[in-house]
Amino acid sequence: MSGLSIQLIDFLAALLLMLSFAMISQRRILSLIHLFTLQGITLVATTAIVAHATGQEHLYLSAGLTFALKVILIPLLLHRIIDRLNVRWDVETLINIPTLMIIGIVLVIVAFDLALPIAKLSTSIARGTLGIALACVLLSLMMMITRSKAVPQVIGFLSLENGLFFAATASTNGMPMVVELGIALDVLVGVLILGVFMFHIREQFESLDIRHLERLKED
Amino acid sequence: MEALHAVLFIPLLGSLVLAWTGHRDFARDLNVGFSLATFIAACVLTAEVISQGPVFGWHREFFIDPLNVFLVTLTAFVGLTTAIFSRPYMRIEQDHGKMTPRRLRLYHSMYQLFNCTMLIALTTNNIGIMWVAMEAATLATVLLVSVYRTAASLEAAWKYFILCGVGIAQALFGIILLYMAAEKVIEVGGDDALLWTNLEAVKDRLDPNIITLAFAFLFIGYGTKIGLAPMHNWLPDAHAEGPTPVSAVLSGLLLNIALYAVLRFKVLTDGALESPLAGNLMMGFGLFSVVLAAFFLSRQRDIKRMFAYSSIEHMGLITFAFGMGGPLATFAGLLHMTVHSLIKSAIFFTVGHAAQTAGTQLMEEIKGLIKVSPTIGWGMMLGALAIVGMPPFGVFASEFLILTTAMREQPWATPLLLLALGVAFAAVFSRVQSMVFGDATIRPLAHPPALLPVFIHIGLGLLLGLYIPPYLDGWYRQAAGMVGG
Repeated sequence: MSGLSIQLIDFLAALLLMLSFAMISQRRILSLIHLFTLQGITLVATTAIVAHATGQEHLYLSAGLTFALKVILIPLLLHRIIDRLNVRWDVETLINIPTLMIIGIVLVIVAFDLALPIAKLSTSIARGTLGIALACVLLSLMMMITRSKAVPQVIGFLSLENGLFFAATASTNGMPMVVELGIALDVLVGVLILGVFMFHIREQFESLDIRHLERLKED
Repeated sequence: MEALHAVLFIPLLGSLVLAWTGHRDFARDLNVGFSLATFIAACVLTAEVISQGPVFGWHREFFIDPLNVFLVTLTAFVGLTTAIFSRPYMRIEQDHGKMTPRRLRLYHSMYQLFNCTMLIALTTNNIGIMWVAMEAATLATVLLVSVYRTAASLEAAWKYFILCGVGIAQALFGIILLYMAAEKVIEVGGDDALLWTNLEAVKDRLDPNIITLAFAFLFIGYGTKIGLAPMHNWLPDAHAEGPTPVSAVLSGLLLNIALYAVLRFKVLTDGALESPLAGNLMMGFGLFSVVLAAFFLSRQRDIKRMFAYSSIEHMGLITFAFGMGGPLATFAGLLHMTVHSLIKSAIFFTVGHAAQTAGTQLMEEIKGLIKVSPTIGWGMMLGALAIVGMPPFGVFASEFLILTTAMREQPWATPLLLLALGVAFAAVFSRVQSMVFGDATIRPLAHPPALLPVFIHIGLGLLLGLYIPPYLDGWYRQAAGMVGG
C-alpha cells in the first residue's frame, strides 16, 4: 500500500513540475488559468493520498479546503476578472521562452541540490519530493519576474503559494489546521484585493501592463 | 489574561464598527477612542506582567514575555498618538477633496485592523499564526497605501504587495522547514511543534542543516518587510504615496514588528547552530542598508521619501546591533527601536502638516515653516535634530552604544557606519533647515493641527536620552538577556 502511495506521490510531483514549466512557456492568459487549476487538482490529489497513507484525518480537511479554494473559487475569480477586463490576448515575456526553459532547468538542479541533504532527514512519506516543491517555488518566482502584465504576475504569485503548500505536505505531512486556515484566508483576501486593483490600474493607465508602473523611480 | 484578550479584541471590534460608521463625522473621534482603549488595556497588561511575570492565553497560543511586552505598549501608544494626529489631518484631506466618505470608511476600518494584526503578530506564541498576522498586516497596509487611488499610489501599493508578498512567501518556506525540524524533536507534533516556547526549550536539539536553510529563508522574507537593502524598493514608494498617518505607523511600528519576528528566529537559530551564522547575516545586511540608505537619502527631493530612507538607515543600524549580539549591543538595539519609533512617527506628523500647508511634498517648494506655524516648524526641527543623533536625545545614546560596541567587536565596520551616519546627518539637517527657516511662501492650515503627540514623542525621546527609568532599564536587560544570550 505504502509503496504504491509513494509512487503515486512521486508521479504527481513530477506532474506538478511539468505544469510549472508549462506555465512558464504559456502565453495565453486563459491557458495559464487552466494550468493553475490543474496544479490545484494535483495538490488536492497529493494531499488526499498522503492523508490516506498516513491516516491523518486533518489532511482530508486540508485537501477539501484546497479544492474549494484553488480548484473552484480562485480560478472562478480569475475567469471573471479576465472576462470583465477583456484581457485574453497573448502576453510577451521579457526574456524569450527557450532561454527561460534553460534557466528553469538550472533552477531545478539548484533546488534539488539544496533540498537533498534536508529531504533525507524528513519523516514524511513524500520526502523525495521536497526538491520538486522548492523547484516549483523558484520557477514561479522566475515567472513573476519575467511577465510584464498584471494577471500573469498574480498567477505566478498563486503558483508560488502552490509550491509552498506542496512543500508543507511533502516535508511535514501538512501544517497544523489553524495555520492552514489562516494562510487560505490571506490568499483569498489577497486575490480579491489584487483583482480590485487591476480595475483601478486599468482605469488609471488604460492598460494592465506593469511597465506603465515605472513612474516611481530613483532620480 | 483578560487584559491580553482586551488588547487583541478592542482593535478588531473597532475595525468592524468603523467599517459601518467610518465615514461619519464622529468616526475620527471613535478611532481615537478605540486606540485609547487599546492603549489602556496594554498598560494594564504591562502592569500585570511586571507584577506576575510572563502571561499565557488561549491554550498557550498567545504569550507575553519580557521581549514583546514593551513592543506591545509601544505599538498601542504610537497607534493612539497617530489616531490623534490623523483627526485634523484627515479633515483637511477631506476639505482638499482627497478623501471621499467611502475612502474615509476604508481608512478608519483598515487602520484599526492594521493595529489588530500587529498586536496579534507581537503576542502570538505560534510562529504560524505570526506569519498569518504579518501577511494580514501587509494586506491592510496595501489598502491604506492605495487609499488616494492616484496613479502613483496604485503603483506604490502594487509594488508593495508583490514585493512583500513574495518576501513573506519565502518566510513561509522557512517556517515549513522549521516545523519539519521541530517535528522530529517534539514528539507530540501537531500544533505544539509551532509554539515558540516549545521550540525554545528544545532549540539545541534542532537539526543544524535544516535550521541554516530555514533561517536564510526567514531572514530574506522578513528582511523584505524590515526594508533591508537590497529588498527595500517598496518602502520609499509606500511611505511617499500613502496618507501620512500611514507612513508614521509603517515606519514607527510595522518595521519594528518584522524585526521582532527576525529576533525570535535568531534566538532559535543561535541555539541550534554552533556558528554565528544568524548574527553574521544580520550584520552584513544591516551594514549594507545603512550605507546604501544614507547615500540615497541625500539625493531625495520628496520629503517623505527622504525620511523613508532614513527609516531604512535606522532599521539597518538596529539589525546590525542585534547581529553583533551580546547584552550591550542588544540593549542598544532595543533602545534604538523604541526611540526611532517615537521620533520617526513624530517627524512624519510634522511632515504631514508641512506638506498640507505647502500643497506639495517637494522639499524645494516648502519654505519658512516656522513663520507660518511655529509649532510645525519647531516640531520638525527638533525631530530632525533628534533623528540624526544629536545629544541629548535618545537616538544619540543608543547610537553611541552601538558604535562603541562596534569599535570593540567589529572594528572594520566602524568607519563605514560613521561615514553613513555623517552623510545622513548632513543631508537631513541641511534640507530641514531650509524648509523650517527662510521666507514664508505658504498659507496656514484651515484646521488647527494636533501637534501635541509630536511634542510628547520628542519629549519621551529626550527623556530616554537623559534618564532611563529603572523598571524600563530592567526590562531592556531582561529582553537583551533573552535575545543576546
